[in-house]
Formats: sequence, structure tokens, C-alpha cells
Amino acid sequence: MRKVLLAAMVCLLAAGGAFAADDVIKIGFYNCLTGQNAFGGQLELEGTQLALAEIPEVLGKKIELVVVDNKSDKVESANAVTRLIERDKVSAIIGTYGSSLAMAGGEVAEAAKIPVMGTSCTNPLVTLNKRYYFRACFIDPFQGAGGATYAVKTLGFKKAALLVDVANDYSVGLNNFFKQAFVKLGGEIVSEMRYNSGDQDFTAQLTEIISKKPDMVFLPAYFAEGAIVLKQARELGATFRFMGGDAMDNPEVVTLGGEAVEGFLHTTFAYDPSMKDMNPVAQKFTESWKAAYPDKDPNVNAALGYDAYILLIDAIRRAGSADPEKIRDALEQTKDVPTVTGLTTMNATHDAEKELGIVEIRGGKKQFIGIVTPEA
Amino acid sequence: MNEDMNRKTRNFILNCLALAALVAFLLWAPGNLDRYKLRIINLIAINAILGLSLNLIYGMTGMFSLGHAGFMAIGAYVSSLLILTAEQKTSMWILEPIAPWLLNLHAPFLVSLIAAGLAAAFFGWLIALPVLRLGGDYLGIATLGFAEILRILIVNLTPLTNGSLGLKGIPAHTDIWMSYGCLVAVLIFMIRLMNGNFGNVLRAVRDDEIAARTMGIDTFRTRVLAFTIGSFGGGLGGALMGNLITAIDPKMFMIAQTYSLLMIVVVGGLGSITGSVIGSVLITTMLEWLRIVEDPITIGSLHIPGIPGMRMVIFSMLLIAVIIFRREGIMGTREFSWDWFFPKKTKQRPISERPVSDTKGADAG
Amino acid sequence: MSLNMFIQHFINALGLGSLYGLIAIGYTMVYGILRLINFAHGDIFMLGAYFVYFATIHFKLPWGVGVVLAIAGATLCGLLVDRIAYRPLRSAPRISALISAIGVSFFLENLATVVFTGMPRAVVQPPWLMHPIPVRGIRLIPLGLMVPVISFLLVAGLLWIVYRTKPGLGMRAISFDIETTRLMGVSVDKIIALTFALGSALAALAGIMWALRYPRVEPFMGVFPGVKAFIAAVFGGVGSIPGAMIGGLALGFVEIMSIAFFPTLSGYKDAFAFVLLIVILLVRPTGLMGEKLEEKI
Repeated sequence: MRKVLLAAMVCLLAAGGAFAADDVIKIGFYNCLTGQNAFGGQLELEGTQLALAEIPEVLGKKIELVVVDNKSDKVESANAVTRLIERDKVSAIIGTYGSSLAMAGGEVAEAAKIPVMGTSCTNPLVTLNKRYYFRACFIDPFQGAGGATYAVKTLGFKKAALLVDVANDYSVGLNNFFKQAFVKLGGEIVSEMRYNSGDQDFTAQLTEIISKKPDMVFLPAYFAEGAIVLKQARELGATFRFMGGDAMDNPEVVTLGGEAVEGFLHTTFAYDPSMKDMNPVAQKFTESWKAAYPDKDPNVNAALGYDAYILLIDAIRRAGSADPEKIRDALEQTKDVPTVTGLTTMNATHDAEKELGIVEIRGGKKQFIGIVTPEA
Repeated sequence: MNEDMNRKTRNFILNCLALAALVAFLLWAPGNLDRYKLRIINLIAINAILGLSLNLIYGMTGMFSLGHAGFMAIGAYVSSLLILTAEQKTSMWILEPIAPWLLNLHAPFLVSLIAAGLAAAFFGWLIALPVLRLGGDYLGIATLGFAEILRILIVNLTPLTNGSLGLKGIPAHTDIWMSYGCLVAVLIFMIRLMNGNFGNVLRAVRDDEIAARTMGIDTFRTRVLAFTIGSFGGGLGGALMGNLITAIDPKMFMIAQTYSLLMIVVVGGLGSITGSVIGSVLITTMLEWLRIVEDPITIGSLHIPGIPGMRMVIFSMLLIAVIIFRREGIMGTREFSWDWFFPKKTKQRPISERPVSDTKGADAG
Repeated sequence: MSLNMFIQHFINALGLGSLYGLIAIGYTMVYGILRLINFAHGDIFMLGAYFVYFATIHFKLPWGVGVVLAIAGATLCGLLVDRIAYRPLRSAPRISALISAIGVSFFLENLATVVFTGMPRAVVQPPWLMHPIPVRGIRLIPLGLMVPVISFLLVAGLLWIVYRTKPGLGMRAISFDIETTRLMGVSVDKIIALTFALGSALAALAGIMWALRYPRVEPFMGVFPGVKAFIAAVFGGVGSIPGAMIGGLALGFVEIMSIAFFPTLSGYKDAFAFVLLIVILLVRPTGLMGEKLEEKI
């Protein structure tokens, strides 16, 4: 502890005497490194750092990644972005996990006219009416419709129940889009149960859902909660299938849920270490991930952290400058850039247009099933 | 008597000077400080307002309240809903349509601030009527309960509040003039209040309720009034916060928010107006300053990666240390006074016997 | 609602409620004696769960040994917390100790994030605890039955300690008047340390049971159960050990039954609990089983 403090002091003194070097491009990174969403933010940071190690330079200049924690807190998120822009004078920013955090940070970046590349913030509101916010991920209406299409068309499910975290913006958003699409495709919603972030006992909601005998339950949860839900459902004797969204894409789901997650489906980005015909970028990513972190599997958060960096570097290269305004313009022109999660094109609303994948857990392993095209 | 007059005149001049210095600083700051620093300076003022209002409830009247985050939430939501345009509202309510009567409700920022304060005060009053009959920790848990119920309502009443998606794109009305203007107004109000008869009544209720009652004070009414005024401050602070961050959601108003205000009040000194201001400056800046411990450090060839979480570890250690070594907070119940800077001319009387004007002048924060 | 469904809800509520009760007992012990809301209780709970996770999964120790080690480790932490953060504040205003407790809570949560990372970790449940016993369409798991039994045994044991042993007498004396107790020659600090040791051991045990029932550990896992248990303790009357158990059960039943009877209002589950709490406080300000604290004049 004392050492860290001492080192911090020294660093502060050194920083005071330092001067801004011209041959460096500064990119900010804000994410949830602590707090309730730390599991997602840390993975994204690792992904970005991996990409940085591979592409340490652009336009002949060294890239410096300035990492700031937003503590999974909105106020801190706005502070973090302000700090990156004002203190560190970054040219562009990457972040963050959690749409509400991205919205708070986005307001600051918008006012300062600094482009931001979102990682896994999938709520439509993040980039709504924003000139400077972009994202490396698709958005929830697309994902919800894709999930419903797969459930109705491929699996032939007719009756669905919903179990939604009412205090989580991601969960209510995705739930809503799934529900709309499911009904539009001719399905019926037999029950909609709610819980609150932080709840760990879902037995009452599950008992109620079981009594309604649905074909499937849509569970737009974060993975740590989702796995516990699956576990309790199994204990209560549930036999229907569960389906979730990209936030369930984490290798820990299997560890947390054990046998209970067998047959669990979720929509996600078109990347998974289990994919057969992986694109070259994804192959490279998977290899360097395994070299860097041999004891854990990569997931989409890591991939999106990596992709966000790639998309940003691509834009800087095309802009031929580290000027924020030029980077922004170049980002808008992003077309068919190869990334881990497929060819990426930025659409008019600044959301990445990319393919939607379906993953199923089979034999205790995540299996990439294929691509689905939303029909509703 | 003459000396008192002199001192009054002197203090009045000094107060004016301090105010002028603040105005000069506010004129100088926007052009010379970066947005990051300005943001922190803004947050200091808002936290000070919130701390002062909680201090009025807890420090000065002795009512243990853990419900301040709830009042902040009311303030932030009322103000934001009033200043957002109908167009913004329609595009934001993507889950369920907004309640029609709310859609076209619109008011200018200053009106919305007052409405925010009044709405919070109204709820404060409503809550106070039943729960202020409770004492001690029970009051704390009951107020915490109300704040949580309020948050659950905000989460669930989507047509009114947009649920957990929250509100965004709130115009950034809170600049340093606005926040410090509000802070000065709150400070002047608090100083007058505490130095007037009502202040004595509050202290009497806090220190010995039974004695206060024997002296004919309607203690319940006094507590309700103090609680209501405090809630007004909470609503005002929440509204300013919403307009500073420009995006709000129910998660911002959890119990941790109340804890951090409680820290400001206790570290500064329970019952001290000066203390709450100092507490706000200290806690707000310390939380930001400590970010350096999470930055990666390179000394020569030695590279130490940043350790996420370290900042809060050190912060909490400092907090515990402050409480252990200065348990009554930095100011205790004392107040700033200009007399500190002047040599004693006559034998000083104890604080309690001094004329009211002595303790004035805390508005230099 | 069919009878089977009601019974299933009942069993669910019993399981959840007795877990709340288990955490609340530790809260109430410390509160009853020191009048300190020990906000760090939920974090000792978290440490207990982490310790058992490391013992059984990393060091592959048998469950029994892991549980004992985890309880011992958490007890030690509880004693340290008391020695460092609370004991210097014994004579201070209660709010100082409360802020110190909030500080300790922040400290432990963030230290856990630094040391263990924020990633939730999976706890492997012993299969025999989890194997469902289907009885006429109702699902029972052995763990669900174990928690209430353990909780009731603990209540009995603690009541015995408090009312039948010498240190228990000391505890009751301290809760009545700490200064007089000191003057009577009782080693107050030792008794309080013992209280903390007991409270922390209980928190750790609750953390272990919780981690078995909801099989994951993470640095912030103690926050929500901590708040819930706090409510349960107040509900039952802070300071009363049977009250904490009853409060916990009541809270569990309110949460589960509110969903069972009003499924469309499931989003308001926690609000039901708080409303009930406030009503109870207004009707009986000292909780269900609490003693009336006479105002000293």
C-alpha cells in the first residue's frame, strides 16, 4: 500500500513536469472497472489493450491509451469523460459497458465535440440525436427481433413468458423489443414477471411462470443473475427453454449455472471461440487472447473492446489526422471494416450494422449455432 | 456596545469583500479553468447545498434521516420533466408512451428549480407527518424505506418517469453562476435561520426534547418544519445535479448517494454550516484527486499498472481515519467567524452568550 | 392459485425468510449491545462466502473444513474491524461509529474488488444438498430445509449464551448501561469483542449458506442482503434475537407472497416490504419483539 502511494506521489510530480509530446495520439478509455458492472468493463479493457498491443501506432505516431474508471456510476461516468477530455486532451474515446453510463458520458463528449466509440452499450438512446457518439455494437431492437424470429420461426415456440429486471435499462429495453417482435410474429406472451437488480431469489417469479406453462422464457439479464435464474428454474422443475441476450455471453455462465444452463440460448454478436468458420480478424484475436490470458476464454465484451479500438484506428487512419472533428467524419464513413464480430458498417444513426449470432449451450460448452436475420 | 457596533460594521464589510472575491472568482474561472475543474467546482457547490440541507435535518435538529436521495430524486425528476421539450420526451419514451398531460408540461429552468424544491418539500412534509413520531435509528430506517419506495415507484411508473431508462439530454443549465448563486442563497438562508430564534428552537429540540417541550415549544411542529425545509434543499440539489450531469436515472438515487452526503456532513461537523461547506470541498475534491492512484505508473523502466478499486480503498481508509482522530468532524459545531483573524480586544465571552452577528460570515465558501 | 402452488410458494418463502433471519441475527446481536448499525455486517458476510469459495474450490478442502476456516477467517476480520474502526469510537457520538461503519463497508467491498476482481465466481454446490425431492408436484431441496433448521438451532444457542452464561450476562449489562458495567469491573472491551466475534461468525455462516443457495460470490454480494437483513432486524425489533428470526421470515413471506398474489405487481416487490416495515414501525415503533427503550430524563 505504502509503495503504491509513494509511486503515486512520484508519478504526480513527474506528471507536473511532463510536457505533451507531439508524436503521441491519446485515446481515452472509460469503463466500469469497479462497481457492479466491473465484470463487463474489465473484459472490454482487456480486449482494447490486446488491440493496442497489436496496433501500437497509427500515422507514424505512438498511441497512448488513457484508462479511467467510471465505477459503474453515472455521475462518475460523466466525470471520467470530462477528465479524459479536459485533463488528458484525448482525441477520441472508447467506452463503455452499460448504456446509462454511456449516456451520461455521451452528453459530456457531445458538448466537447470529441468522438466516442461505444463498446457494448446497446440501448437505442445512446446514440439518439448524438453527432459524436458511435458504437461498435448493434442495438437492442435488432437483437430483440432476431431472438423472437429464431424462437418463432426456427424453434416453433408460440407461448413465451418474460422475466425482466425492471431496474435495468438494458433489460427493460431488450425485453420490450423482443415482446413486440414475438407478438408480431404470431406468438403469445403468457406472463411478464419482474425483479430488481440485486435480487437473488427468483423462486416466486419462476413458480408463477411455471404455472403458466410457456414454451420458452425470455430472460434479458446480465449473465451473473441469469445463471442463477436458470439454476433456480431447474430446481423448481422447469422444463421450458430459456433465451437471453448478448449480456448473457460470458464463459462464466456455464461455471455459474452448471447443468442448469444446458440448452440455454442467447442472441449475441457473431463471434464465439467455438465458431467454426471464423474470420481472419477473429482468428487473430482468439490466438492473441489465448496467449495473453491462457486461463480464460474470450467473450463478446472482450471482442467488442478490441473492435472498438480497431474501428477507431481505422477512422484515424482514413482521417489522416488526430483531429477529433476529422475522426468523427471518418467514423461516419466506416464501411465494411473487418472486425472480430464481422464486417462492420456504421449506419445513419451511428450504430454498427453487423450480423446477429445465436449461441446455445450444449454439453457444458457454448456452441455457435449460426446467424439469424430478424424478420419483425 | 460601541465595540459591538464596530465589529458589526467590520464583519459586514468583510462579508461583502468575501462575496466580491467569490464573484471575482466566478468571473475568472470559466475562462481560465478547464471543463473538468469547472465540473468539480460545480459539484462542490451542489454537494454543499445537499450537505447543508441534510445537516439542517440531522445536525441541527437531531433527526436521523437516511432519505435524502429520495428528495434528490424528486427534485431531479420534477425539474427535468419540466424543462425537457415535448419533442425530446416523445423520442425518449421508447417503452411506453409518456402520460399525455406530462408531454406538454413545460417551464423555464428557474421555475423548474423552485418547483423541484417545492415538490420535494411537499413529499418531505407528507412523510414527516407520520414518521417524525419515531426517534433515533427507527426514523433513519423509516426514511430510508421511503426513499427506496420512491425509487421503486420511479422505476415502475414508466409513463411518468421513463422507468429505468431515465431521462437524458437535459439542458446543461447548471453553470457555476447557477450553482454558486443557489449555494449563497442557501447559505444566507441557513445563517439567518440558525442565528434567529428558530435556530435556538431547533437546537433546543435536538439537545433536550423534553426540556424544550416544558418551555412551551411545539417540538413536533418544529421538527416537521425543519424536515420540510431540509427536503426542499434536497430537491433543489437534485435538480441542480440533474442539470449538471444532463442524464438521470433511478440508480443515481440509491442509498449510497445518501451515505456520501452523510459523510460530507459528519466529516465537516454535525450542526456546523461552515463544516458542511468544508466537508463538501474536501470529500468532492478528494474523490477526484485520488484517481491518480488508479492510473498506470511508469518510473523509468518500471511499469505499475493501475489498480481498479484502489481509489475507494484509500478513500475509505482516510474516511475512517478522519472519524477516529477527529470524531466530531473538522468543525465540530463551531462556525467560521471573522473574529478568528483579529486579536482579542476585550475578554471574550463564551460562544453561547455572544451576540448573533458574531457567527455571521460563513458565506465565503 | 392451486394448493400445490401455494405450498411451493410457502416453501420458497421459508427458505428465503430463514436466510434473511440468519443474517439479521448477527445484525441484531451487535445492535442490541452497542446500538451500532454495523453496516459492515453485509461485507463480513461477503468475506465468509469468499473464504469458503477459496477453501473449497482453490485449495480443494472438504466442505466441513472450508466452512470452519471461513467462519474463523471472517471472525478474525470482524474482530479486527472492531479493534481498528469501532473501539476507538466507543465514547464518541453514535453517528461517528456509524460513519466509521460505512467507511469499513466501502473499504471491504473495494478491497475485495482489488484482491478478488469484480468477476462473480461460481460456487460449486455439493450435489446431495441440491438434489430435488419431488413430493406430489412440490419441489423441495435438502438445502432449503437445512437453512431453517440451522437458523432455529442458532437462535436457541444464542439465547442460551445471552441468558445463561456469564459473558451473556455481561452483554446484557452493557446493553443496559455501558459505563456502569465498566465500573462494576466487567471487562467491557472483551465482552464487546466477543459480541463482534459472534456476530461475524454468524455473518460468515449466513454468507456461506447464501453462497450455497445462490451459488456465486462477488464483492458486492453483501449489499442487498445486508439492507434486507437490516430491515428484518428492525421489523422484528432490533436487539431481539427471536425477533430477528421472525422479522427475516416475515420479510421473506412478504416478498414471495406479494408476487404470488399480485403477479402483475412483481416490480413493486421491495416496495411492499418497505411499506409493511413503515406500518409496523408506526404501530409498534420498536418492532414486533423489541423492548421499549425508556427515555432517560
